[in-house]
Amino acid sequence: MSRIDIKKTYKLFIGGQFPRSESGRSYEIKGANGKFIANPALASRKDLRDSVTSAKSALSGWSSATAFNRGQILYRIAEIMEGRRDQFVTEIIALEGGSAKAANTQVEQAIDLWVWYAGWCDKISTIAGATNPIAGPYYNFTTPEELGVVGIIADQKDSLLGLVAAIAPVVATGNTAVVIASEKRPLPAITLSEALATSDLPAGVLNILTGKVSELAPWLASHMEIDGLDISGVDPKIESELRIAGAENLKRIHRFNKSQSPQRMLAFMEAKTVWHPIGV
Amino acid sequence: MDKNPFEYAPAPESRALVSIKAQYGLFINGAWVEPKTKDKFSTINPANEEVLSKISQASDSDVDRAVKAARAAYLKTWSKMPGKERGKYLFRIARIMQERAREFAVLETLDNGKPIRESRDVDVPLAAAHFFYHAGWADKLDHAGLGINPKPHGVVGQIIPWNFPLLMLAWKIAPALATGNTVVLKPAETTSLTALLFAEVCQQAELPAGVVNIITGDGATGAALVNHPGIDKIAFTGSTEVGKLIARSIAISGKSATLELGGKAANIVFEDAPIDEAVEGIVNGIFFNQGHVCCAGSRLIVQENIYDDLLVKLKRRMSLIRVGDPLDKNTDLGAINSAAQLAKIKELSASGDTEGAFRWSPDCQLPSKGFWFAPTIFTGVTQSHRIAREEIFGPVLSVLTFRTPQEAIEKANNTPYGLSAGIWSEKGSRILWASKALKAGVIWANTFNKFDPASPFGGYKESGWGREGGRHGLAPYLKGAK
Amino acid sequence: MVTLIDGSEASLRKYLAALPGVDKVGADQRAAMLGTRSIKTTSKSWAIDMAIRMVDLTTLEGADTAGKVRAICAKAVHPDPTDFSVPSVGAVCVYNDLVKIARESLNLNGGSHIPVAAVTTAFPSGRASLKVKIQDTQDALNDGATEIDMVIDRGAFLSGKFGLVFDEIIAIKEVCGNRAQLKVILETGELTTYDNVRKASFIAMLAGADFIKTSTGKVSPAATPPVVLVMLEAVRDYYLQTGMRIGVKAAGGIRTTKDAIKQLVLVNEVAGPEWLNPHLFRIGASALLNDLLMQRMKAASGFYSGSNYVTLD
Repeated sequence: MSRIDIKKTYKLFIGGQFPRSESGRSYEIKGANGKFIANPALASRKDLRDSVTSAKSALSGWSSATAFNRGQILYRIAEIMEGRRDQFVTEIIALEGGSAKAANTQVEQAIDLWVWYAGWCDKISTIAGATNPIAGPYYNFTTPEELGVVGIIADQKDSLLGLVAAIAPVVATGNTAVVIASEKRPLPAITLSEALATSDLPAGVLNILTGKVSELAPWLASHMEIDGLDISGVDPKIESELRIAGAENLKRIHRFNKSQSPQRMLAFMEAKTVWHPIGV
Repeated sequence: MDKNPFEYAPAPESRALVSIKAQYGLFINGAWVEPKTKDKFSTINPANEEVLSKISQASDSDVDRAVKAARAAYLKTWSKMPGKERGKYLFRIARIMQERAREFAVLETLDNGKPIRESRDVDVPLAAAHFFYHAGWADKLDHAGLGINPKPHGVVGQIIPWNFPLLMLAWKIAPALATGNTVVLKPAETTSLTALLFAEVCQQAELPAGVVNIITGDGATGAALVNHPGIDKIAFTGSTEVGKLIARSIAISGKSATLELGGKAANIVFEDAPIDEAVEGIVNGIFFNQGHVCCAGSRLIVQENIYDDLLVKLKRRMSLIRVGDPLDKNTDLGAINSAAQLAKIKELSASGDTEGAFRWSPDCQLPSKGFWFAPTIFTGVTQSHRIAREEIFGPVLSVLTFRTPQEAIEKANNTPYGLSAGIWSEKGSRILWASKALKAGVIWANTFNKFDPASPFGGYKESGWGREGGRHGLAPYLKGAK
Repeated sequence: MVTLIDGSEASLRKYLAALPGVDKVGADQRAAMLGTRSIKTTSKSWAIDMAIRMVDLTTLEGADTAGKVRAICAKAVHPDPTDFSVPSVGAVCVYNDLVKIARESLNLNGGSHIPVAAVTTAFPSGRASLKVKIQDTQDALNDGATEIDMVIDRGAFLSGKFGLVFDEIIAIKEVCGNRAQLKVILETGELTTYDNVRKASFIAMLAGADFIKTSTGKVSPAATPPVVLVMLEAVRDYYLQTGMRIGVKAAGGIRTTKDAIKQLVLVNEVAGPEWLNPHLFRIGASALLNDLLMQRMKAASGFYSGSNYVTLD
């Protein structure tokens, strides 16, 4: 008689905890073969609102952590994910179909992306900062700083890699984020949340919601506490509507093509330039 | 006041945390091998002269073996490996060093004589951080502003000093490996043990054989390494005297080299300094690591109008310095690393007496065995005194005064060295003005002896060539990049 | 006796302006380094007993009653009812309308040697007229308080009215006369910078404080190691200038034996061992006492104690 296994419940990831949606809703996820897999939470605008509150309160601690400390935590996320490879691979195969080899490659690339960005934390200001030779007796330097709270709508096709490609560069530099996962392939996002929750990442730095992009994205785009948006995963049909909403507080809104680039960090940073006289 | 009722009871760290072998071979091609001539020499604990172990003397043919192993590893494995994967080995090394941190700290203290508080809180964490930082560069060299797809030299020969054995090893090996070179490293003969423990870490990290080779020995081994034709680049930290020898030899061989040499740093205290923190900075500047620091603030240059008050505070603070068992967690000042170094310190200090400066030390009980020197200041020092010009490399501070800021800068710069300097003032523009005027590669304002893997370190003039750490520290390990 | 100022606001301002600045990073690092001192065995036992003797056992709640005060007075005299070798605490600290009960309870329990300290001057905010603050203090003295913990006017300090801050302290000191020692609470958490803590320390000492105290305990952060370090530097420097030793009281946030021992190390290495007694250093606390007792028990027995083995007050 074979053992009956314990099926995972997929809840939201907000403020370092795993609550169900305050709306009590969920939706059905079927696999590539049409079979039922799970009923993840269907997030509401109130869940999104709570996530933004969480991300905002986590911002001052995360942005004032040393770059070295952030790098250590991102590397730890990679360590934890590596230990949970099989779980990710299983979920990807179930959702996307495809071979074990392809699923393994996606997971390895996702882990390596965390490592890549972990190594960027304490280097980005060396690359993007400058001392500026202005014509006068002043010391003048430019330093890039974190932007604030960033809203991310993850790649809808990739269940894992596109998600990591978006969130790692945002948090590496000290931003916090609210993320809308892939609507049809949300499960690895929640398993990733479990890795985040056990990796020393402070609560609220990353908040991950599963649900309908068309329902949640407008609330993300219009929220006045959010400073920037990564809309790489958004359907071009609703893009201008989101940009118009985001214009209300001049959010920095970006859509990226390249999955791995320092540009993805710099897009969500602000350059601060300081002048100081030189004189005895 | 009578005896202080709050005398801190002994608080020794446990020596049992580390196990030291009776003897060590050489670490070549991923394995332990005996030196060709079977020569071994003793290494002692300078706090009590106890023999800790026997270390191999690598002969010319051992050096040759090591260089060949490094070359083979470079050609067959390391140069073919993508930066991303090279970086992962460095991350592993960093993590293992963090895991074994306490072991490394105790071993460093036993071998070097420095207080456990320093090896635990400074040396070891910085060394691990150095590997962590450079691990992240391995696959980002295109972004370092040093050209697209910059190439490593190949095999690098590295010679490190005895004052920060593990940290200097990290400063050398981490950037070399991150940029794609392989390494033959020789630790100082009085402090080989943490380098040999590091070899174990390489094994635990499964670093491919031959990428890192550790060969122990004295100056002869070092010379053999520097002169070996199979070495593409040299990295040396040590005395200016030996640095010049190396510079002369590569003038003929054409190898490139970075040199991190001596210093006689000025620590300038202006009248508007935050006085209590300045006193702390002066003490830290010269007594940290027993003054065995190339960038030590060995010349205090203080504005004459605050001289009296500052000296009162400085002497009071010095009388709180706890000299003694380096393994005691409350010790501030440990042992001098060797009899030879102690003799040098005594000789130069004696010159301070004969040349007319005034020596002062707080009352301290120095242990009877081992090599010890009380924290010392000389006042009434002028630029022409030997103790103002020559590097003492011990816990001895020369105190000079200045009347105007311009005079402070002139005195500070009046030396063939140019490694570091300190500025104490609450006025930002003054600090920036002084930073601009000082000819030193590392300038600390309202702090001293601060190091970070992201911060380039190195000197002007006879303090050496090149920088270590940060983006600038990568350049010397890449061909074509300067 | 050396006079550092002539009593005028102008001379006070001049004196304060000439004080050297405090570099925050440097002060934090010195405090952190002193926090690494490892105090073991005999030193630890000595430190625990000294810390107990330095505790101002405190209850300052709106809900305080006679019953509550009686309970802490009993504990103040015999912190461990199973072991009378444990020393009594340094003082009991209460609101001024409970001073009478505190004095009576202490005497009944054999603690007539333990002073009652009263918080006055519209503690904790200090937002009331001088007339009220004086009356507040008088009431406490009349009821038997021999220590007065006053608060400075932080609003006046932060708006630069140093003369006003100074004058209020002089006025309260006058009310105390020789009936009570005056502790001046700076409320360092509201002063926010170490430069302000240094200035406020000197204003208090120049105005006649017997003790300078970090906090009311109602605002966080309170007696952090760097703040106490800056205050200890102030009393040390004041001694060098005048020959007078002023005490320091650290209150707020000192909850464990480890915290208390860190404070004693600071006293030892910053002001000096002359300050290592209850006449010159106090710790305002409530929960700390039980942690000190449990650590004391462990030192004697060799194993960790538990909450059932110390009294709840």
